[in-house]
Amino acid sequence: MRSDGSQSAPLGLKIAAACGLLFLHLPILLIFVYAFTTEEKSFVWPPPGLTTQWFAVTWNRPDVWQALSLSVRVAAISTAIALILGTLCAAAVSRTKFFGRETISLLVILPIALPGIITGIALRSAFSLADIPFSFWTIVLGHATFCVVVVYNNAVARFRRSSGSMIEASMDLGADGFQTFRHVVLPNIATALLAGGMLAFALSFDEVIVTTFTAGQQQTVPIWMLEELIRPRQRPVTNVVAMVVVLVTLLPILFAYYLTRDGDQIVGSGK
Amino acid sequence: MTSAVSFQKVSRHFGSVRAVDAVDLDIVPGEFFAMLGPSGSGKTTCLRLIAGFEQPTSGSISIFGERAEGVPPYRRNVNTVFQDYALFPHFNVLDNVAYGLMVKGVAKSQRQKAAEEALSLVRLPGYGARRPGQLSGGQRQRVALARALVNQPKVLLLDEPLGALDLKLRENMQEELKSLQKALGITFVFVTHDQGEALSMADRVAVFNDGKIMQIGTPEDIYQRPKTRFVADFVGSSNVLPPDFVQRYSGQHRWGSLRPESIRIGRAAKGEGVAARLVGTNYLGATTRLALDADGLRLHAIVPAGTKLPAEGEAVVLTFNREHLHLMDEPA
Repeated sequence: MRSDGSQSAPLGLKIAAACGLLFLHLPILLIFVYAFTTEEKSFVWPPPGLTTQWFAVTWNRPDVWQALSLSVRVAAISTAIALILGTLCAAAVSRTKFFGRETISLLVILPIALPGIITGIALRSAFSLADIPFSFWTIVLGHATFCVVVVYNNAVARFRRSSGSMIEASMDLGADGFQTFRHVVLPNIATALLAGGMLAFALSFDEVIVTTFTAGQQQTVPIWMLEELIRPRQRPVTNVVAMVVVLVTLLPILFAYYLTRDGDQIVGSGK
Repeated sequence: MTSAVSFQKVSRHFGSVRAVDAVDLDIVPGEFFAMLGPSGSGKTTCLRLIAGFEQPTSGSISIFGERAEGVPPYRRNVNTVFQDYALFPHFNVLDNVAYGLMVKGVAKSQRQKAAEEALSLVRLPGYGARRPGQLSGGQRQRVALARALVNQPKVLLLDEPLGALDLKLRENMQEELKSLQKALGITFVFVTHDQGEALSMADRVAVFNDGKIMQIGTPEDIYQRPKTRFVADFVGSSNVLPPDFVQRYSGQHRWGSLRPESIRIGRAAKGEGVAARLVGTNYLGATTRLALDADGLRLHAIVPAGTKLPAEGEAVVLTFNREHLHLMDEPA
């Protein structure tokens, strides 16, 4: 039997679906509510009173700014590295056939399939083996491992949908390699790169596990939040930061989804 | 006179596959040259060698007297109309056509004017603002043609240009390409697997098989006087006759070719000829194609529609004019 869309689902199913969605999203709403509570030592329900003072308190806390700045810088640089390496790798894998191509494709995707803790431990032992002190750059390297995957996946999908003869057509019409990249390749993969880049940024921004193994004394935002939950002092500040994190990660993901949503037709095909 | 395109012992091997195998070829300036062959015969690789997308493994290529090996596609005065047209989806039609001039640094107003003119040439004036996605297959092909012609190439390469079009459009486009080529005087080299297309459009045809050129000649040469069994069979599905059969009629022990339209059908026991049996008929509209069995040798004949035919399985006598029996060069 085929449902034709106008047919309504049974009431029980509707209730079950609603419960499922509530279970997923109600706790997030709670986080938002606690950002306005007047009780600072523990989370009590219902909040004894509502206030916006925690926004000002958060604004004036230097440790919040430090963590936020570190997270933004790490995410930005990891994303930049991922954009370059991921795109190059995707171009190589999708445009040419060579021995071991499938293996390379698998190896590139592997970091995102591996549990973060394995990546983290592996990187940590590799860094200490090579006598590399933990720094900003070790965090960036750790994040880049999974950011590359996201960009690679997006770029590979776009390259597969692009007609290969477009590049040849450009060369044929007198454009050298650089002009072809600028006028033909880049405009065709731009939205895929933007989407991949934003996903990568969001992933890096809320990463915890790999970061705990590759960071020294610095705290990224998620690590700072974990620490903050342990000591009961100005707890709602954590919630204010949580709201910021939700916005910073959710908006790029929504935008990335919007960018890659339609585009099922083959780019550059004649038929 | 300098050849437009000249191949000397050109080979292109992919691993152990000899896609193009020691090909010699001279294309005369201003001619409409067809490279005809089944898929995998090396004709498209030859086209790509001229365009510069492939480099020869050995041998030398020159284009209007200039050595072409090692010269990248963007430094050759040669343009290609691709099989899938390869229009740029992010540009409108005008910018697609003006692309070659843009990368050469021609001023915007000047290149747009030239692009408009090229669009008029392919009978698409005023289509500049549209996107490639909004055009039909036939229109896209015209845009691809205009995009190549705007650069005033010395040689225009066309890769199966009519393959994706329906029959009616294809016939129109054949005539149009031919008159365009005459008007512009540019050397056209086009690749096709359709022998009808090659014969009707080209001044000369090269028939490819297994990376080699089997025969080069005018359409008439190729059709009437095939040199090998392959050419006889591939171009117009001629009847290939074995040496023993040919010897009985011509006295020479050589492979022969006999066009299906040269065979006449008569009733059995009447006059002399080749005794055969009618095993099948195939109605083609203007003609009917007959499958015949002459003592184990399968022959085809084409007769005008409306010819009174014996029933299938009946014995018939085949006759033909001796001069229609063409003897081929291929050793027996």
